[in-house]
Amino acid sequence: MRLLRIVPDNTKFDFMRFRRISFPMSALMSILAISLYFFHGLNFGIDFKGGTLIEIQTKSGPADLAKMRATLNGLGLGEVQLQEFGAPNDVLIRIAEQPGGDAAQQAAVAKARQALGEGVDYRRVEVVGPRVSGELLSYGIIGLMAAILCILIYLWFRFEWQFALGAMIANVHDLVLTVGFMSLTRVDFDLTSIAALLTILGYSLNDTVVIYDRIREMLRRYKRMPMPELLNASVNQTLSRSVITHVTVSLALLALLLFGGQAIHSFTATMMFGVVLVGTYTSVFIASPILIYLGVGTGRDSLTGSGKDEKP
Amino acid sequence: MLYFARWKAAAIVLTALVICLFAVPNFLPAQMVDSWPKWAQRHVVLGLDLQGGSHILLEVDTNAVRKEKLETLRDDVRRVLRDARIGYTGLVVRGDSVEVRVREANQTEQALTKLRELSQPLGGFLGASGQRTLDISNDGTLIRLTVTEPAIVDRVRQAVDQSIQIIERRVNELGTVEPLIQREGSDRILVQVPGLQDPTRLKELLGKTAKLDFRMVDTNVTADQVQRGNIPPDDEILYGTGPNAKTPYVIEKRVLVSGGDLTDAQPGFDQRTSEPIVTFRFNTTGARKFAEATQQNVGKPFAIVLDNQVISAPVIREPILGGSGQISGSFTVQSANDLAILLRAGALPAPLTIIEERTVGPGLGADSIAQGKLSSYVGAAMVIVFMLATYGLFGLFANIAVAINVAMIFGVLSMLNATLTLPGIAGIVLTVGIAVDSNVLIYERIREEVRGGRTPINAIDAGFSRALATILDSNITTFIAAAVLFYIGTGPVRGFAVTLGVGIITTVFTAFTLTRLIVAGWVRWWRPKRVPI
Repeated sequence: MRLLRIVPDNTKFDFMRFRRISFPMSALMSILAISLYFFHGLNFGIDFKGGTLIEIQTKSGPADLAKMRATLNGLGLGEVQLQEFGAPNDVLIRIAEQPGGDAAQQAAVAKARQALGEGVDYRRVEVVGPRVSGELLSYGIIGLMAAILCILIYLWFRFEWQFALGAMIANVHDLVLTVGFMSLTRVDFDLTSIAALLTILGYSLNDTVVIYDRIREMLRRYKRMPMPELLNASVNQTLSRSVITHVTVSLALLALLLFGGQAIHSFTATMMFGVVLVGTYTSVFIASPILIYLGVGTGRDSLTGSGKDEKP
Repeated sequence: MLYFARWKAAAIVLTALVICLFAVPNFLPAQMVDSWPKWAQRHVVLGLDLQGGSHILLEVDTNAVRKEKLETLRDDVRRVLRDARIGYTGLVVRGDSVEVRVREANQTEQALTKLRELSQPLGGFLGASGQRTLDISNDGTLIRLTVTEPAIVDRVRQAVDQSIQIIERRVNELGTVEPLIQREGSDRILVQVPGLQDPTRLKELLGKTAKLDFRMVDTNVTADQVQRGNIPPDDEILYGTGPNAKTPYVIEKRVLVSGGDLTDAQPGFDQRTSEPIVTFRFNTTGARKFAEATQQNVGKPFAIVLDNQVISAPVIREPILGGSGQISGSFTVQSANDLAILLRAGALPAPLTIIEERTVGPGLGADSIAQGKLSSYVGAAMVIVFMLATYGLFGLFANIAVAINVAMIFGVLSMLNATLTLPGIAGIVLTVGIAVDSNVLIYERIREEVRGGRTPINAIDAGFSRALATILDSNITTFIAAAVLFYIGTGPVRGFAVTLGVGIITTVFTAFTLTRLIVAGWVRWWRPKRVPI
């Protein structure tokens, strides 16, 4: 049986030359993502904004969204959003946070329940009060920062500081682009999104570390090889692994995306974007070439380096 | 890397087997597992998002605690000064303090000495914190007693402890399985009740303070006085419940008997009108006080006040000496039943507010389980086929290792009695990705070594030893992310962090031991001339 070979042996792509395109491109994309965040904003879910989310299923036939909208908007609860959720008889209702503290949120739910009557099944009711939402948001941000810091310190111990810094720049770039994606697609930004961002961070780093490990090994083995050549060799040698791993992860994510249901849909879509699209690109085109700028291997004799060092 | 001492190999297989066995109770019917010893019964608990149920976060009203504390202090000050026969004026609660002015300047020192006895040292370690419940200062004859912040915090902590006990009694009356009631932080209580269709009733039971008082109705006040709000200082205006919500009652502030003196309360039906009622029984003190009060007030109305609402205000027809009675007041069967539950469980020391609620209906939970299963199976099948196509025999080895890995994840989760949520299932699917990656790293390295001109056995050996360092490095970073998620996350997100974290540990274990053992066994058995990848 012939085995599947996605990446042929001994590839010799010049990834490093591509940095003249990839760096400006990434910078541009990052600026775009940041401006999206500031001008388009994130669609904060109730975890961070407070308010009420109700998922209902009508017991007979598809839901009459227009009628429901009219009923609920007549309750004086401020902004009420309705949205079909996965199936025609499934409706997601969002009620904005009510003024008047925690008790007011509960009163709003009771009112909505009364207005919707007996014809519906309550699949999910989530009410987050103003104080809790504030705390969740600060926990989320602190958590993300803490994770970045812990990983930075770990990499600093395991590698030289340039590697730690390079990995961090590359992966913050991943997070920035993913946040831009979330802003563009208007997915709910909630606790699950923080989980998605942290997983993307972990995965991307995982990938970067694999390549860095190889670069470190090559640095020890070939003392005279010029940096761009050495980096190219490292990326090429790990290319097959990068591709195969990303195919398997994409297969797993694809299954979750197709069959995992609405509840984790935005989670998996974000992961798909962050891990598969951005993460792979970053490890190859950003994380590795950036080491040149950060001054890894500057002590090398790059003029005479032929790359033909002693074999270990 | 390929040589394993016999005992080492045995230890590895045994460890993996034992961990896998812990997963078994999850797949057997509950009746069968019930007869097993406790340690073997541990199993994965389905999260509220999968089995349906309510997650409710309550907060003790710190302001109410403070207010109550200050009012008690004011009464204490009054009592102390009266007992010491010290004349005073202007005893009021102002801000966080109680203020009082001593009439005779020469009695100020005496008053201060007496009042200092009210301040007690605060717990801490053998009271060594040096903090006390009150700060007492004076400005001439004006004495100011301030309740210290640690005293409030301490009182809130006590209130949370008492509330937890009372909530437990209330929730247990609902007859649900395995409710979870625990403290969160300094002033919060988390209540998780699985499998509820409708949390409305639960919320009603949690949200009521259930402070019951029997007090007299002041019949000397005219309706006109009520309109003008001109009532005696010892009275207050309270309103009725249900259809009587707009009816004002003038009620004396003095409490005849309080709900704390109840020993039992049961729902029932009135024998004449067959309306739902609640019957109650007092303890000895309560019965004596109630008997005295009813003897002195025959023909006058008294009020049954629950959480500052008048449930009913019947006229005392004859002295009630038996220490038991009944409350009627336009109840439904359900509300009579709930009131009886609340009265039996006792009153909360302070009002609780619901600050977060997440309820998942059983229908959505079942759907989520089905979707979680389906996506896991499909994901696993695709990965298995892809690995077989890419690595052939070694792909099979990888698949075996990953399957054992997943079984071990369930085993560890069972040992931890961990909660499995929908994001948790996603975490397992992602772990499969990571576990496969560790195999990919090893195999790709072996292929490189083969291309570098090594003999098969040499290449396999070198492949393992070089890839394992990378596997460790790359997994530790992901593990750090999972650990942080665990600390900041709640509910479903924490479930994701747990499965991801556990998955990484089992992945590293499997890569370092089982995968190596399988390949080593194959090498010894077949003595391969070439590596088939």
